[in-house]
Amino acid sequence: MKFLHWLTAALVLTMLCIGAGMLASIADYHRLVSVHRPLGIAILIVVAIRFVNRLANHSRLPAWPATVPPAERVVAGLSEKVLYTLLFLIPLVGWGMLSAAGYPIVMWGSFHLFPILPHDVVLYSFLRKTHAVLAYLLFFAFVAHFGAVLFHTVVLRDGLIKRMAGGKERA
Amino acid sequence: MASDSTVEKGSGATSLKAGETIARLAGVGVILLGVVGAFLYLGGWLTPQELTARRFTTGFEQAYGEHSGFRRNHAKGVGVSGHFDSNGNGARISKAIVFQAGRVPLIGRFSLGGGDPYMADSPDAVRAFALEYNLADGEQWRTAMIDLPVFPFRTPQDFYENMMAGAPDPETGKPDPAKMSAWIAKHPEFLQAIGVIKSHQPPVGFEDAGYFGLNTFIATDASGKKTPVRWWLEPGQTASAGDTAAAATNGQDKNYLFDGLIADVHEHPLQWKLMLIVGQPGDATNDPTVVWPDSREEIDAGTVTIDTVVAEETSPARVINFDPLILPAGLGPSDDPFLSARSAVYSQSFTRRTGERVEPSAVTPGEVQK
Repeated sequence: MKFLHWLTAALVLTMLCIGAGMLASIADYHRLVSVHRPLGIAILIVVAIRFVNRLANHSRLPAWPATVPPAERVVAGLSEKVLYTLLFLIPLVGWGMLSAAGYPIVMWGSFHLFPILPHDVVLYSFLRKTHAVLAYLLFFAFVAHFGAVLFHTVVLRDGLIKRMAGGKERA
Repeated sequence: MASDSTVEKGSGATSLKAGETIARLAGVGVILLGVVGAFLYLGGWLTPQELTARRFTTGFEQAYGEHSGFRRNHAKGVGVSGHFDSNGNGARISKAIVFQAGRVPLIGRFSLGGGDPYMADSPDAVRAFALEYNLADGEQWRTAMIDLPVFPFRTPQDFYENMMAGAPDPETGKPDPAKMSAWIAKHPEFLQAIGVIKSHQPPVGFEDAGYFGLNTFIATDASGKKTPVRWWLEPGQTASAGDTAAAATNGQDKNYLFDGLIADVHEHPLQWKLMLIVGQPGDATNDPTVVWPDSREEIDAGTVTIDTVVAEETSPARVINFDPLILPAGLGPSDDPFLSARSAVYSQSFTRRTGERVEPSAVTPGEVQK
């Protein structure tokens, strides 16, 4: 199921670029936010599938290679939890903030989601700011994750990347 | 691999010379910096002179002052409600369910242009009418219109520059007239549009005004055919005697326009016809300073009726952001640059004001009861 990781990576990277673009450009804002909403829900669905898959395959995860010391294993485990948490929270906060704003939560055309919170604009304002803070945290977590992958691949060259890219797909 | 390397860790990994390790670390650092730099660039942090929604919204605060809890533009207002009786004529150009025959509940707001919620009503204040149509399938149509038949600004940047040219100088507390003259000299389309506006009879109050959407939208019919459309609300009543008298008192009643509206609604519902102006190929869609020819067909799509007026503090209109790009399927944006800009800036204003302390509005609940 490594495909799920790469799918998540592609969606999240796209999303980070779109999110940044929405801040910067008033001309592209509408086009970007129209993609941002359904893409966020897509990420929520993919992460939910990944989480279920992770729980189901808990006993079949590859063992840590000897090159990864205990302290780093703890950090890696924590960072995985942080990423899963952020990837769940951010789209839920987005869905919640639009609900609290009283906006119709349009996916495409006339298809829209139901609100998950009552119309409360003070709550909206808080969630809107939370959404931004969590998104910046996700960017930081991504940079850390990417940095660790680069370090192992380019500097340590310990083949850790094969756990996610290349090598035989595990059943 | 370097000939003096030794196999030390893992399968296939050989130890590197110190210099090569540092070079590879540096390479990783450069890649990460590139990623962070790309994000900073995309988010506009590396181009501080670009007009973003945040800077635009702050511009309103600089021009009109900071007023906790209020919209950054059209700050002074009152809530209304009523219904739209669609006659089905609009379905000819748009599949939006709002244009099927039937009744649709409305929440609305009348306001004056400008970011000062305590401004005094005056004859040349821009009157505005915002509406939220609540459609049966849960879709909404939100629209914010003003009483100008044409918009005097071609682009959002022009609007912003004009606003800042008229903003008080931080040192003197007053606008510098030379800045405005210089801006006008560069924008002949502004004076042209003002000429068109002045050639129309100005309204007396809120109720006798026509309200114009100004920006072009694209209607899509059931077969997929697209038509550029502009809309306006044609008033079903002339100025009341009370309003005409109030306008003549010349500044006695700081809320005379709103008081006139309130008195009118208490007497009888107010009505407007929703007119859809059908654009033809070649009509400007991306320039709201350009008026379409008078000969353009107008579809009477139905009647807007306003029968209740509510003070802003207690009105649902206070907690609605009348984003003009909240549209039902069958209506969509054109390439008019104002639409995305309005959506972005209104969202920013909404986020700021909803996180602020709510202050009493100029038109109080007591005033609405009278």
